[in-house]
Amino acid sequence: MDDLGFILASWLVTLGSILLLAVATLRRAKRLARQTPDDAKPWL
Amino acid sequence: MTSTTGSATSAGNTSAGTATTGTLFTRIIGAAAIIITAWVVVSAFFITPADVQQGDSVRIMYAHVPAAWIAYLAFITTAVASGISLVRRHRTLGFDRVAGASAEVGVLFMGLALITGSLWGRLTWGTFWQWDPRLTTTLFLFVTYVGYLAVRSIDTNPQRRARRSAVLALLAVLEIPLVHFSVVLWRSLHQEASVLNPDGDVRLDDVMLFTLFSGVVAFTLIFVWLVMHRQRLAALQDAQLGAGLEAAIAMRRAETVA
Repeated sequence: MDDLGFILASWLVTLGSILLLAVATLRRAKRLARQTPDDAKPWL
Repeated sequence: MTSTTGSATSAGNTSAGTATTGTLFTRIIGAAAIIITAWVVVSAFFITPADVQQGDSVRIMYAHVPAAWIAYLAFITTAVASGISLVRRHRTLGFDRVAGASAEVGVLFMGLALITGSLWGRLTWGTFWQWDPRLTTTLFLFVTYVGYLAVRSIDTNPQRRARRSAVLALLAVLEIPLVHFSVVLWRSLHQEASVLNPDGDVRLDDVMLFTLFSGVVAFTLIFVWLVMHRQRLAALQDAQLGAGLEAAIAMRRAETVA
């Protein structure tokens, strides 16, 4: 496969960034949700 | 941190508890997104053929095109939620949070479209960047929404924040047609749309098209999952802020009485 480095870099940046945002969101949400009463969480 | 916990519990009453913004629905969406994304990666690298003109660099397109489309979707969602939030101002802070969350995710996808497009451009055009109409308008759109997020972070009053950012979102979304049609309106290095073109003629091989649409589905699911979690995160932040303010007021009153 030609230009594998560029192709791999594109996919790694894409999937890595999405994964980073997802993990950061879940970690922050977990921390804040622990400090917040359940009646302030309408999704429960 | 401890004091915030205490104030939130005292102001909000009842048990501080379930440490999640997830539900059964978000878990199903998340699982589906992972499975479909895995299929897209496998297909992009091992199943789809190289393009006659672009060669193997076309494999970047299966990430680049869905990222750009989902960024458009995110910004349109931001505009719609902002419009609803403006019209039904007093009852619907939830729509403002959806608008903000959607813009955050849109900025991520737009940034990814710019980066992957730049890498593809290096292979196809021989340069990472050109001040070409499509690239320039896309960068302008990206910067506009970074500015939108900055405006959202300025004001800590949720009602004021909702009003100001909604107006900005309704103006910013007008840039999307400009970006999309820039390749038709001006002379551009960037190719015209292969799928969403005005004559409705899809210029793609079947396997390539299926992989591209699988990418769109995967990124849409990721978008929905991220927006749901991030708007709930924003609700938690607003709840914390409100609880902190109430605690500060209560403390001030106690000092006055003493």
